[in-house]
Amino acid sequence: MTIQAVSKPRHRIRESLSRRIFLKLNVVILLFLCFLMLYPVVYVIAASFSEETAILRGDVAFLPVGFHTKAYSKVFNYPQLWTSYRNTVVYTLLGTAVNLLLTVCGAWALSQKKMPGRRFLTLMCTFTMFFSGGMIPTFLVVKELKLLNTVWAMILPGAVSTYNMILMRTFFLAIPTSLVEAAELDGCTDFGILFRIVLPLSLASLMTIGMFYAVGHWNSYFSAVIYLSKAEMYPLQIVLRQVVLMNEIVENATSTENNMAEGIKYATIVVAMLPMLCMYPFIQRYFVKGVMVGSVKE
Amino acid sequence: MKKKTKSALLWRRIWAAKYLYLMFLPVFLYYVFFRYAPMLGLSIAFKDYNAFLGFDKSPWVGFKYFKQFFHSIYLWRLVRNTLLINLYDLLFNFPAAIILALLLNEVQQKRFKKVTRTITYMPYFISSVVLASMVVQFLSPSSGLINNVIASLGGERQYFMTQPESFRTIYTLMNLWKNIGWNSIIFLAAISGINGELYEACTVDGGGYLRRMWHITLPGISGTVVVLLIMRLGHVMDAGYETILLLQNNANMETSDVIGTYVYRRGLKGGEYSYTTAVGMFQSVIGFAMVIFSNWLSRTYSENSLW
Repeated sequence: MTIQAVSKPRHRIRESLSRRIFLKLNVVILLFLCFLMLYPVVYVIAASFSEETAILRGDVAFLPVGFHTKAYSKVFNYPQLWTSYRNTVVYTLLGTAVNLLLTVCGAWALSQKKMPGRRFLTLMCTFTMFFSGGMIPTFLVVKELKLLNTVWAMILPGAVSTYNMILMRTFFLAIPTSLVEAAELDGCTDFGILFRIVLPLSLASLMTIGMFYAVGHWNSYFSAVIYLSKAEMYPLQIVLRQVVLMNEIVENATSTENNMAEGIKYATIVVAMLPMLCMYPFIQRYFVKGVMVGSVKE
Repeated sequence: MKKKTKSALLWRRIWAAKYLYLMFLPVFLYYVFFRYAPMLGLSIAFKDYNAFLGFDKSPWVGFKYFKQFFHSIYLWRLVRNTLLINLYDLLFNFPAAIILALLLNEVQQKRFKKVTRTITYMPYFISSVVLASMVVQFLSPSSGLINNVIASLGGERQYFMTQPESFRTIYTLMNLWKNIGWNSIIFLAAISGINGELYEACTVDGGGYLRRMWHITLPGISGTVVVLLIMRLGHVMDAGYETILLLQNNANMETSDVIGTYVYRRGLKGGEYSYTTAVGMFQSVIGFAMVIFSNWLSRTYSENSLW
């Protein structure tokens, strides 16, 4: 027997019965898991197109029953939805831009050995991952800075994620110093090195971190609850909360007064999650990469 | 003389890095204003904070608010709920992610593996509001999916959201659905980092796949598990209050009220800034102590630690 006897293809043929049963079972388990992951979303979409009575009777399973789009036209006629959609887009774009700029600058500075005090500054940043002032003092600081009810309240308090910055720094540390030194000899300043040489080389990581930030902004609702009190500034998630969750109590009391209540709720959920679901297949590999980078080294 | 040249050298190095400092300045300011200023703001936990007098001039009251919290009837309920929610998560959701990673690792067809992975971590990107909305809708007694199934099987429709005894189960299951795939990624990465020769050696020695899993895979990922557990323990005092807040109502308060939601309710809505800052500080200090403690523990008993 040579080494080849142990190599994969031959080895697979000799697999025991129990192993083969296990592999089959494994596929079944994972398929069931995939079903559990997808079904709630499928149900929400199906219900959003279904007749109210069908939803109430529990006739909806996978496909819409009595297909109609009236729930959606109701939702789209709700003026606050469009304002909140626009707000969320603004918060997400502006917020992510600020996030990326600060994170990249901070990570690059912390990755450069020639900067004295780098260790202390890194410690200063990482310490905040384990200890924080908490909700009330942070709120009071934002209030003192006169940021309440401004766009900046949605952007500045979370402008840097320490975890993402450390992640980016780990990535920058892997960039060959010879590249940086060569640029320095050519008279490039630190800004030039970062923005003209390093960043074009790090587009993939930049995408990863940008995606994390963007999803965070898109999904966030709590900072809006704390910092915003003007309805015209509310992001999408708050409106969704008002339509679906705040209504719940009323609905329990008066049952089927509104004969579209359920359909409208499901349609609103779909409207709120659709952009994410559409983009997810294309952007998901970036996220995974981010976790992988983080797992390599602290 | 020697000292002088040394400090001159340092200044020269600092000057050479001036653009780097300039680059770091915004980040520095961010940390000062939004991370460290709130830490200074913790001082109001020892004061009678008054918005007109401000941080500095509010009168000093010492441990008054801490005492108030320790004597409060809510203390036990909040600590119990917070810890139990974390315990459930640690007992069920943490191992579940490891098991999923092990199962995924055994899949032979690359394509199937990839599709399964993509599908299982999709829920992680669903926002907490959408998540809570779906939970409330599905559990709705009159028309919810779950209750429809129960009714069609001949059972009694349940008011899940208003039953205190159901809340922890609902919350844990919701988090399981949301996080299992995502949390498994890091374990999958750790598994793929294990040297393949070890498996071959084990196979040659006659070890079946269970043995390979027990003696090679699990020890191989133990480092990752320990580091994640340390990180997790640091958060044992904070339950995901943002999502809990969405699922909370007066009826399930007995089990759903955690420190975070209490601070929000009494502090931001009730205006008891000093008292809730003390409550929040109690939480942060215990969390920080837990990180130090678990890091020390793992450094003593294994080679893995955060620092």
